[in-house]
Amino acid sequence: MGDTIAAIATAISESGIGIVRVSGDNAVQIVDKIYRTKAGKRALSHFDSHTVHYGFIVDRESGGKEEILDEALVVVMMAPRSYTAEDTVEINCHGGALVLQRVLESVLKHGARLAQPGEFTKRAFLNGRMDLSKAEAVMDIIHAKSRLALQSSMNQLCGSVFDAMKELREELLYEIAFIESALDDPEHISLDGYPDKLRIKTEKILERLQKLLDTAEYGKILKEGIRTVIVGKPNAGKSSLLNILAGEDRAIVTDVAGTTRDALEETIRLDGVSLRVVDTAGIRSTEDIVEKIGVEKARKYALDADLLIYIVDGSVPLDESDDEILRMIAKKKTIILLNKSDLDMAVTEEILKEKIKTVFKEMQLLSKEGEVETVIIRTSTKEKVGIGALEEKVKEMFFHGEVSFNDEVVITNMRHKEAMQDAYESMMQVKASLEKGMPEDFYSIDLMSAYASLGKIIGEEVGEDLVNEIFSKFCMGK
Amino acid sequence: MGTMQIREKVDVCVVGAGHAGCEAALACARMGLETVIFTVSIDSIALMPCNPNIGGSSKGHLVREVDALGGEMGKIIDRTFIQSKMLNISKGPAVHSLRAQADKAEYSRAMRKTLENQERLTVKQAEVCELLTDWADGCSKDSSLGEAVEKGSGKKRITGVKTFTGAVYECKAVILCTGTYLRARCLCGEAISYTGPNGLQAANHLTDSLKKLGIEMRRFKTGTPARMDKRSLDFSKMQEQFGDERVVPFSFSTNPEDVQIDQASCWLTYTNEKTHEVIRENLDRSPIYAGVIEGTGPRYCPSIEDKVVKFADKERHQVFIEPEGLHTNEMYVGGMSSSLPEDVQYAMYRTVPGLENCKIVRNAYAIEYDCINPRQLHPTLEFKDIKGLFSGGQLNGSSGYEEAAAQGLLAGINAALSILGKEQLTIDRSEGYLGVLVDDLVTKDNFEPYRMMTSRAEYRLLLRQDNADLRLREKGYLAGLVSEETYEKTCRKKERIEKEIKRLKGLSVGASKEVQEFLQAQGSSLLKTGTSMAELMCRPELSYDMLAELDTGREPLPADVTEQVEIEIKYEGYITRQFCQVQQFKKMEEKKIPEDLDYREVKSLRLEARQKLMHYRPVSVGQASRISGVSPADISVLLVYLEQYNKKVL
Repeated sequence: MGDTIAAIATAISESGIGIVRVSGDNAVQIVDKIYRTKAGKRALSHFDSHTVHYGFIVDRESGGKEEILDEALVVVMMAPRSYTAEDTVEINCHGGALVLQRVLESVLKHGARLAQPGEFTKRAFLNGRMDLSKAEAVMDIIHAKSRLALQSSMNQLCGSVFDAMKELREELLYEIAFIESALDDPEHISLDGYPDKLRIKTEKILERLQKLLDTAEYGKILKEGIRTVIVGKPNAGKSSLLNILAGEDRAIVTDVAGTTRDALEETIRLDGVSLRVVDTAGIRSTEDIVEKIGVEKARKYALDADLLIYIVDGSVPLDESDDEILRMIAKKKTIILLNKSDLDMAVTEEILKEKIKTVFKEMQLLSKEGEVETVIIRTSTKEKVGIGALEEKVKEMFFHGEVSFNDEVVITNMRHKEAMQDAYESMMQVKASLEKGMPEDFYSIDLMSAYASLGKIIGEEVGEDLVNEIFSKFCMGK
Repeated sequence: MGTMQIREKVDVCVVGAGHAGCEAALACARMGLETVIFTVSIDSIALMPCNPNIGGSSKGHLVREVDALGGEMGKIIDRTFIQSKMLNISKGPAVHSLRAQADKAEYSRAMRKTLENQERLTVKQAEVCELLTDWADGCSKDSSLGEAVEKGSGKKRITGVKTFTGAVYECKAVILCTGTYLRARCLCGEAISYTGPNGLQAANHLTDSLKKLGIEMRRFKTGTPARMDKRSLDFSKMQEQFGDERVVPFSFSTNPEDVQIDQASCWLTYTNEKTHEVIRENLDRSPIYAGVIEGTGPRYCPSIEDKVVKFADKERHQVFIEPEGLHTNEMYVGGMSSSLPEDVQYAMYRTVPGLENCKIVRNAYAIEYDCINPRQLHPTLEFKDIKGLFSGGQLNGSSGYEEAAAQGLLAGINAALSILGKEQLTIDRSEGYLGVLVDDLVTKDNFEPYRMMTSRAEYRLLLRQDNADLRLREKGYLAGLVSEETYEKTCRKKERIEKEIKRLKGLSVGASKEVQEFLQAQGSSLLKTGTSMAELMCRPELSYDMLAELDTGREPLPADVTEQVEIEIKYEGYITRQFCQVQQFKKMEEKKIPEDLDYREVKSLRLEARQKLMHYRPVSVGQASRISGVSPADISVLLVYLEQYNKKVL
């Protein structure tokens, strides 16, 4: 197989413990670069196979300063006695999801490549570690994981990054097509003075990639954390809740029902629990086309959510729209807020529970005892009452493992970042070739690699793009 | 008295004597097989019905590769060119490309003579109308084989061809190189004639026979500009275009001194707003825009009406006036192919400076023809479902003389190898442009005549025209087409290159006064510490020849050796990177997929991938990965399945 792969091998949770697995010819050599024993340096390669070692995982900035990422136990397993039958190193970390991510990043930086979905299992099989009868199961794993990864990749990518990728790719493709048409038809298309133009362009692209990478660092571009979606009828107080949680006036709050027509998002950290809160348009049947789209989006968000917060406007009686919402949230972890406690309440906890029972009964979701487990918290977003209780409840649910975030989020994040990093490095190659005064045909190779890397992020292959671009943008001879 | 049917028995029948057919027939005959080549007109062997050039960007690479494998095109053009240029000389060595102006008539004559004098090869003027086949598993009379018929691999086998006059040629392999002749139709505005190029007879029967064999056909279109009487043109209004001062031959076997000839000139002029106006006003009379043409035309060599419509903001287009030969007054009007009516052609050509009084000798026209969907072929160019049937050239949906010759040669070599019971030859994408060409044709969707381009070759830094012999001679030799002596020469060249690179890398250069003075004189930065001669050569401003001054112990080496040494050293970093990519690529190419693999058994494949794989039956995992609609996850699934499959079989 040759190349060395790495991934987080355990489910990611805030519980803190997790394993980064590295497998392949250079596994030991790569982990060696970031591992240090307590006493100082001692090469992993000196350790016997199947031994466990205590030490630190360190990251060296380019300046040479060392930063300890985590205390870790490192397990070395030499081929063929490992899961994949390749040299394998497992790093047992303790510092939580973020640390796991940084350890993995470090491993990638030192020469490993992020494993494809199901790749460890695939290698184990191809290296004869599994019975032939397991082939079916292995293929299913690859198939399922890839599908999940693809879905996740598209879901995680927010619109602005997607657009930025598209734009960058279009620009790259144009430059490649220009160079290539000139190479193919030198008598019609000239490259005189082109390197200077490309130099400026390359600088700009590098800057933009760097910016994207920086934001990726803070998890801003990707929706990291527990996907928490706020749903409710129009004007129930969803946007106000988001504003209180986020501590700024993000959502537009008015008294007019149906103000939030799209979805708004904010990252919120509650004592180490990070929430990605999405405020959605109010759900009601509507004729307004724009609002309709918003409602549809809200449904989609609710479907993908790890946790739902359903805000009930306690000042008005429950109606059909509430039934609709209850049906939507029935199978999800939900916290219900009985809001507007500052006003005269038309809805009580009891009324709400009865309503839930009725709806769940229709959906045959009631337990044998005929009980439903619901969390209802009375709040007033206007007076900021009950918000503390909500926060406590979220944390409690998280630490008790009732809600957790989708692992794919982190992995996708890494995958995107790796691809962006690859694109950045390809562009640095272009820059180097330009500085060395290499002929034009040399840069187009690296421009193409950058183009392909960015394509991975938005799920697009290269295919015939270049040939199509050449013919559509440049007039070729004959 | 009943009529007697002519029946002959040969090894190979080649249908068509264009650039593909000639290479195919020569290869088979030279590999020891009794071969017949059929053409509708012996006077049109190796005809160049369009541009008078051989080579050009990436096409020049193909000619070199044909030569390295033991083909003929390079040798013939070296004897019959009248001007030659190395294109892209200011760019990297990978995109340098030779292009020669041919004396068309001489080229055709020289190739004809080569065919006629080739042992074991018969040239026959006849139209092949039908392919004869039986079942590959043998005939049902034989009880031991009868079962095979019933089970039915469904594979047919070629047994011969039948001509228009009823003659039957029994053979073991047929190579189809029908070019643009199948049900050809030429269009010049409203005037439509059912002929092949240059008014030659079309082949109207073979398509039906191919369809009966289950072959999927397509219809493509291409075009050519007018030819003009030299005496009617005013060259004083054009720029003269000369050939290179020192001509480089195409063939590795040609003595470079033999190609230093007096060269003819070409001429450059431009279209203008007036030209475009004439075209725009008459677009409704263009068969393409009027919807008369059904075939798909190439985007890379658009007609002038296409250029004017698609690139409306361009004020002018280049027009190259090129001689068709030394013994004719005909001039080719490059850049202005068209299917507009004759009167519009006159009007538009006469707006171009220098062509004001032009006399058109041959009108521009578009031509439509039948071709196959090449995805029915193996990478050896043999049909997947018909054993012994090969095809090459424009019939495979390509365009260009060079693309045709390259495919014809490969098809010829493989037809011969299969009859000789040897393993067939495939060239992969990392080994040659020929590999890229064939892989693209047999693997990818292709909806227009395919032209070779350097951008299609992902490993092009390795696939240079200057090293085609080092890449492919051995393959030609192993196939039996390249002689022992020629192969030995290449081996010696290889050794000398390696030895010299090693020497230069080991040769240290100190920061002596003499060295620093030399560097200063060359405008190169001075040495701070000692280095190697190879390191110095990496500097863009220094070359192997220049460094002779410092490298006094140097042995005199031939220019083709030092050229390789210089390229290998100067671009080592880039070349090594591509080499690593090639190693990854090869791993997947080497994972072969059994022909009878039942993809329905591979349940975890996505539906789209399964359908595509079942339909196209790729030969390797690598090829599978290049089929659109097959994802990396599908490839992983396939790898796992193959592992299980292979172990079970063992």
